[in-house]
Amino acid sequence: MLTAVLLFLPLAAALLLLVVKGAAARALAFGASLLEFVVAAYVTFDFTRHGSTAYNLDYRWIASAGINFHIGLDGLSLLMVLLTTFLVPLILLSAFKRDYDNPSTFYALVLFMQTGLLGVFVSLDAFLFYFFWEVALIPIYLLAGAWGGERRVAVTLKFFLYTVVGSLLMLAGFVYLYLQTGPAAGSLAQHSSELTAFYSLKLSAAEQSWLFWLIFAAFAVKMPIFPFHTWQPDTYTEAPAPATMLLSGIMLKMGIYGTLRWLLPVVPLGVSQWQKPVIILSVIGIIYGAIIAIRQRDVKRLIAYSSLSHVGLMAAGVFSLTQIGLQGAVVQMLAHGVNVVGMFFIADAIERRTGTRYIPDLGGLTRRTPILSVCFLIMLLSTVALPLTGGFVGEFLLLAGVYEYNAWVGAVAGLTIIFSAVYLLRMFQRVMLGPDSSFSETITDLTGGELLVLVPLIVLVFWIGLFPNTFLHISEPAVTNILALVGR
Amino acid sequence: MTSIILLSVFGILNLFLGFLRSNKVLLPGAMLLLLAVFGANYADWNVAHAPYFNNMLVVDNYTVAFTGIVLLTTILLLPFSRSYVVSGEPNLAEYYALLLFSLVGAIMMIGYDHLIMLFVGIEILSISMYVLAGSNKRDSRSNEAALKYFLMGAFATGILLFGIALLYGATGTFALSQLGAAVANPANASLQPMLYIGILMMIIGIGFKVSAAPFHFWTPDVYEGTPTFFTAFMSTVVKTAGFAAFLKLLAVALPAAQGFWMPTIQAMCALTLLLGNVGAAAQTNTKRMLAYSSVSHAGYLLIGLVASKGMLTGDAASGIFFYSLAYSIATVAAFGVLKLVAEHRQDDSYAGLNGLGKTNPLLAFVMTVAMLSLAGIPLTGGFFGKFFLLAAAVGQGYIGLVVFAVIMSMVGLYYYLRPIIAMYMQPAPEGATPVPVDGIQTVTMVVLALLTIALGVVPGFMSGIL
Repeated sequence: MLTAVLLFLPLAAALLLLVVKGAAARALAFGASLLEFVVAAYVTFDFTRHGSTAYNLDYRWIASAGINFHIGLDGLSLLMVLLTTFLVPLILLSAFKRDYDNPSTFYALVLFMQTGLLGVFVSLDAFLFYFFWEVALIPIYLLAGAWGGERRVAVTLKFFLYTVVGSLLMLAGFVYLYLQTGPAAGSLAQHSSELTAFYSLKLSAAEQSWLFWLIFAAFAVKMPIFPFHTWQPDTYTEAPAPATMLLSGIMLKMGIYGTLRWLLPVVPLGVSQWQKPVIILSVIGIIYGAIIAIRQRDVKRLIAYSSLSHVGLMAAGVFSLTQIGLQGAVVQMLAHGVNVVGMFFIADAIERRTGTRYIPDLGGLTRRTPILSVCFLIMLLSTVALPLTGGFVGEFLLLAGVYEYNAWVGAVAGLTIIFSAVYLLRMFQRVMLGPDSSFSETITDLTGGELLVLVPLIVLVFWIGLFPNTFLHISEPAVTNILALVGR
Repeated sequence: MTSIILLSVFGILNLFLGFLRSNKVLLPGAMLLLLAVFGANYADWNVAHAPYFNNMLVVDNYTVAFTGIVLLTTILLLPFSRSYVVSGEPNLAEYYALLLFSLVGAIMMIGYDHLIMLFVGIEILSISMYVLAGSNKRDSRSNEAALKYFLMGAFATGILLFGIALLYGATGTFALSQLGAAVANPANASLQPMLYIGILMMIIGIGFKVSAAPFHFWTPDVYEGTPTFFTAFMSTVVKTAGFAAFLKLLAVALPAAQGFWMPTIQAMCALTLLLGNVGAAAQTNTKRMLAYSSVSHAGYLLIGLVASKGMLTGDAASGIFFYSLAYSIATVAAFGVLKLVAEHRQDDSYAGLNGLGKTNPLLAFVMTVAMLSLAGIPLTGGFFGKFFLLAAAVGQGYIGLVVFAVIMSMVGLYYYLRPIIAMYMQPAPEGATPVPVDGIQTVTMVVLALLTIALGVVPGFMSGIL
């Protein structure tokens, strides 16, 4: 039952927010998301002691088509749930800083999206998964489109079309798989869209070869993998900061998660056939994103391209199909979620104070903002993968996985660390250090409210960096299970 | 059957109420009458009835289900008539009476078991619609729409009738079940040319009524000129009844001639999807976009006809039912919002919806739900409508057609998002005031949105009932 509570608590709060306005809305939104985190933390605690069986729920959903409302948790889902429920309260807190029009609708959309995201992570039925996959898209589209920057309309339309086209291809793949279950020419009620039914399908290598791309299209767009990424920097830049955090911190992980849960074990032969091209694309993405990031002069755009570069490494790690690579991807999903949310939060904090994100306009902020600089530096170094931080653990494991797949590819992928040090430290130098700008006298340091967002993120950065086993233990059985299904 | 009798009686009753010339009486009156008819129709569910009028009309679950859709659609549509049909209008009662009578025609089209009954039903429905299309006498566009609709409709009727006559000539019967046996009878092989021409002409006639390409060309102009309230009626009730009739014709009378009509319908389907979607993408006027979108939805429903393979029950028939229901509800919502907004702002282009999210959050929300449903995004009925139809078609092996339909629905996304963009992402025009919405309209809006979401979240209660 707790899984259902987890799933629908944010939705209930979102519905309440349609009637609750003003200051009460703020309290309600934050309270609900905090409560949600407490529930998730309890589930994690309980899960590590008792295992997952208590968290399975299976009801008939559309009896006439053999589709079930089947949700459940394993270690991998649990970590994603934990990440989502941890980040959403912080993202809401950061939204409180800004005066958005119609704020309660804004919070309602964030919470609505949380239900969509959690649904993606706990669904064990293909259509339920697809359902939540799309449900998560609608609020983020409205968030980015209605509260975004000047070019929001064109940018969000592009984002929406890209992702929906990807999703439709995935749906087509799922429908094909679904019709392969059960009798050959039976009515819809005799088929099944259960994850386990998909896992036990016996498909020919030729079928799996094209099914791979149908299903992978949606995940590749969401991550995004080069060359499906062109929506990403624009959308990250134009969306309001909280929406960008949702996109980069959590939504991006839907792609990796989907690959792990719905792609690798379902079409293992297709995966081994396309493993190499996908890894090469991912590595191209790493280099490409990093090189473009070096040239950026907009803080948000720089972080966007940096995120593109980092997600390429995660994809490469996943497709290395090694235990260590997959484990690395899991940890890095957490670490990257924390890092990127922190980075975007700080970028937003600077923009709120100075009114600009343009790097050449900034400079010499450190003197009057020591706390901000320290926080910025910690987030940044974790993104660069400095040892002791979360980023290091993730990237190390990922690189080890890719290296195990192929030493040369591993070496090229490793450039990501060098590159990200180049562009991130350069940005830090030009924004926070360097010659004084017109803002360096007037800028104020972080407020207590802002620290409330950053401190939990920083704690987690070090937690993942110092005690990665907390998380690795939870995901290990799930990852082993997935690899066993792939046949490795 | 009760529903037909009740509707006819109520229609006449409404004419008598007309001397009051007041919407305060007529509108709630018509709604109550329709609710009574809905109840009477529901009472026929799962009840075996003797056929009526020498087997000319049957009341089975198929009839009850589709009748339910057209009745529900009309009930949900009526509240939007309010500002259009002004109190004191001399012909007030006639509008409501015509709507009720046209429903009689629609139900006859759904429940027919005899081609003459089909023809009479189509005519009752169409003639009412010709009048209603021109009901805005002072607007030249409305006059043009009525004339165009009437002329085209009259041609189509002639062709349909000719088709029925040829079918009769080839088989010697008007009764659907006997037709089916006669078509299947190899002894009639020498009559096949006549039969085929007859089938073709009937397909043209019905294709015109449901605005399937290439017989859709009247749709945008007529939809645009017709008062929005009646446009909504046209694009939902007429289409639902038309497809119910179409499916029955193919499934009961002509399954043996599948080899002939199947390629025809497939070609029509692909063409309808293409012209509907591409046409809609090119529009700047919301009403014309919805007209083309209604063409494109005829295309998706045609996929259902293809997948039905001449079966009146099963996945494809259920799919057509579900799709019609989801489509009707979303379309009523879209036209309802558009009517209220366009009337207030005197603009039915996309720009007329600008900033509606600020001035009228409820209307904007309902419109968003409707657009997402028409586009087939999850959480709405439209998604499962498409899913059931496409899955049935894939199950029957029509992969190519389904791939094409999926590509076309990607095109659909582009134009269904435009109203959403206008409402939420564009500023409201200077000095825009909230669109006035009265209590009953608000309630209807909420019901429409909730129904659409219910169909998208728990579709089980309506899927697979045929």
